Amino acid sequence: MRTTPTQLEKEELQPSSLHKFSLDRRKFFKMLGSGVAITFLITDSLGKQLLGEKMSGNGVDDTTVNAWIHVGENNVVTVYTGKVEIGQNIRTSLAQLVAEELYVAVDTIEMVMGDTGLTPYDRGTFGSLSMPVMGSLLRKAAASARELLLDMAAKEWKVSKASLKAENGVVKNISSKKSARYGEIIKGKKLLQKVNQKIDLIPADEWKIAGTSFPKVNGVSFVTGEHQYASDLKIPGMMHGKILRGPAYESKLESVDLSKAESIPGVTIIRDGNFVGVVAPDVRTTEKAIALIQDQWMTVPKPSRDEIFDYLVQHADEGRGDSKGDVSNAFKNAAAKVEHDFHIDYIAHVPLETRSAIAEWIDDKVTVWTGTQRPFGVQEELMKGFHITKENARVIVPDTGSGYGGKHTGDAALEAARLAKAVKKPVKVTWTREEEFNWAYFRPAGVIDVKASCTNEGLLTSWQFHNYNSGGSGIETPYDVANKEEKYHPVKSPLRQGSYRGLAGTANIFARECIMDDLASSIKMDPLEFRLKNMTSPRLRDVLVAATEKFGYKNKKSAEHGYGIACGEEKGSSIATCAEVVTQVDGSFKVLRLVAAFECGAIVNPSNLENQILGALVQGIGGALFEAVDFKEGKILNASLSHYRVPRFSDVPVIEIVMLN
Amino acid sequence: MEIIINDKKYDTGPDDSVNLLYLLREQLELTGSKYGCGEGACGACTVLVDGNPIPSCITPIRSLKNKKILTIEGVANKNGLHPLQQAFLDEDVFQCGYCASGMIMSSLSLLEKKPSPTEEEIISAMDRNICRCGTYPRIVKAIKRASVSMK
Repeated sequence: MRTTPTQLEKEELQPSSLHKFSLDRRKFFKMLGSGVAITFLITDSLGKQLLGEKMSGNGVDDTTVNAWIHVGENNVVTVYTGKVEIGQNIRTSLAQLVAEELYVAVDTIEMVMGDTGLTPYDRGTFGSLSMPVMGSLLRKAAASARELLLDMAAKEWKVSKASLKAENGVVKNISSKKSARYGEIIKGKKLLQKVNQKIDLIPADEWKIAGTSFPKVNGVSFVTGEHQYASDLKIPGMMHGKILRGPAYESKLESVDLSKAESIPGVTIIRDGNFVGVVAPDVRTTEKAIALIQDQWMTVPKPSRDEIFDYLVQHADEGRGDSKGDVSNAFKNAAAKVEHDFHIDYIAHVPLETRSAIAEWIDDKVTVWTGTQRPFGVQEELMKGFHITKENARVIVPDTGSGYGGKHTGDAALEAARLAKAVKKPVKVTWTREEEFNWAYFRPAGVIDVKASCTNEGLLTSWQFHNYNSGGSGIETPYDVANKEEKYHPVKSPLRQGSYRGLAGTANIFARECIMDDLASSIKMDPLEFRLKNMTSPRLRDVLVAATEKFGYKNKKSAEHGYGIACGEEKGSSIATCAEVVTQVDGSFKVLRLVAAFECGAIVNPSNLENQILGALVQGIGGALFEAVDFKEGKILNASLSHYRVPRFSDVPVIEIVMLN
Repeated sequence: MEIIINDKKYDTGPDDSVNLLYLLREQLELTGSKYGCGEGACGACTVLVDGNPIPSCITPIRSLKNKKILTIEGVANKNGLHPLQQAFLDEDVFQCGYCASGMIMSSLSLLEKKPSPTEEEIISAMDRNICRCGTYPRIVKAIKRASVSMK
């Protein structure tokens, strides 16, 4: 059976201009029951609608960060945020912040996350923004709800608010000992208010719930195997889908013979230009059908891994960035100078859960369950692809098997939606690991060219830093230098590329810190002394000193081992790492010990923060020592976990972490 | 064909050429064992067959006649979590948790064979399991903790 194509392949996409929402004030309270709710920003169109305010034509900005908190008469606190849980444990740490300000226990809080039908708009869970931005918003919203409850109690009891205090979900009258649970104060009322932006927050040094190592809130469901990731879900009547893939990125389907595959009972094939997908009642049949398709593809000429670095420099644009002083003159006249270029490979995120999605159409409305870092981004992809309105595209994200910046897109979601629309049944598409390597996107490859100089006394005099394609994140040196030029030159990448954990920060900081070492060595100065001499940021100095002290940088030195230090600032945090490394018989390196000192402001959950630093260090070892995507003429040569090496238990050094609060 | 999983008998259906992971996830709705690579290289699908950890994604069910299979769903019992599961919670190990089932199954087999493994023994037994979030040091701690609590 063959069905008519959907509209997805034709790229004449019309973004929807409709701002309608399926959730209004009446439905909101119907869904939640009576209670008090705090919506964050009035610029949010859904928030406006909930508050019954008129929307200002097309000028509605519903892209502002937002969240709502609802306190029900059943004493349950429900937090709505468009952020998603992908392993950063924000389901726990955001709940801690709400619990702190609202004076309730963490287990009375339900976090509704990453559901475009229930939560306010959110750009996505990336860029280390959840705690500093969403965390701050939720604190204010929770504090506003607390004050509202106190106001309500004061009014009802006809006492001054000053005589009341909130404690463990209860409002108490300090003098009369009268008390009532939040639910009793709310009883039957439906109140919706804006957040008070100027509200006083509990200072971090007085935190009782935030600031503690609260364990992962739904932790049990992970150790019992009960947690249902998107890839574990099943819905009634669900079929399975599989997509025919070309040999390389951007290849075009020249000819295809579907006859054998079509003859398998129960198989439906959907063809739309380059897109060929099969649908069958079970996964095995989809695999058989795909294997029986005879296809010819035309590939686009593409560089191989050994050509990519020249290619990137040759195809780079003018670039953007800052410069000051006279870099070339300062370099020319310097006492000590270093020049070096660094090659950065494409690397794969390898989230252990591959992309997976279920799509179900009911009339013109599609609901998708998928693991993604951008539920609202996937919603937009669905709106564009199928010419549907926002209210007709709902994306639900169960806690996801990680992303590391690699799940910003809705690839499997769109595939499933396309197949489901054609067969008029729910369809699930789960990528194989091979598909994940070939068809997801990579951390960008790049070339970093650096020229730098200093005086014999160890003061930087010039700094030229050009990044080709790998990214501009973390490109700015934190060291003080009068003459500098820092530019990022984007390139249209021959392979599909996108965000990655820390973005280009890892590559840029690695290159910069290597150059700092080389400069220090050229004037026979200790690398730590050289860094401290050129450093102005007190936060960076603090972490560097903390890490080197813990490491014993000045004492323990074996002639057979290498010792290195590096530091950097990124996304409002400062980190310094010391490493002890040995060269093995085969010439490869083994990291024996890492000490990292990290400072990111007030720590909401120390155990979780330590876990994140730990994970980042371990993942960093992979990128630094052995992870690299190998490819020839656009074809990926190591698209499996037996050929693409990621860090394992035996790669992990002794790790010590110092967290400065 | 009949197969015994978590002390329960299941009918595998007409096709005995499928892999155990497929049977578990697609036919029996035991989704605790995860797909990660399809080539036995990541450990996410690890189950115990007669106490030995095997990658269920590359194990055909026809090789499992009369064998006892234990999956993550069979680790906790009526009295609650297994001490090993509790140890993973106590060490606050997981980030995304996708590797959790495989990690617990591999370490359960290790601890049943070697109740007090050294760090080297832990690393060598666990090296087939990938945690991409990089929580390895905490997993080692959890296994050490469980080796005490399971005694």
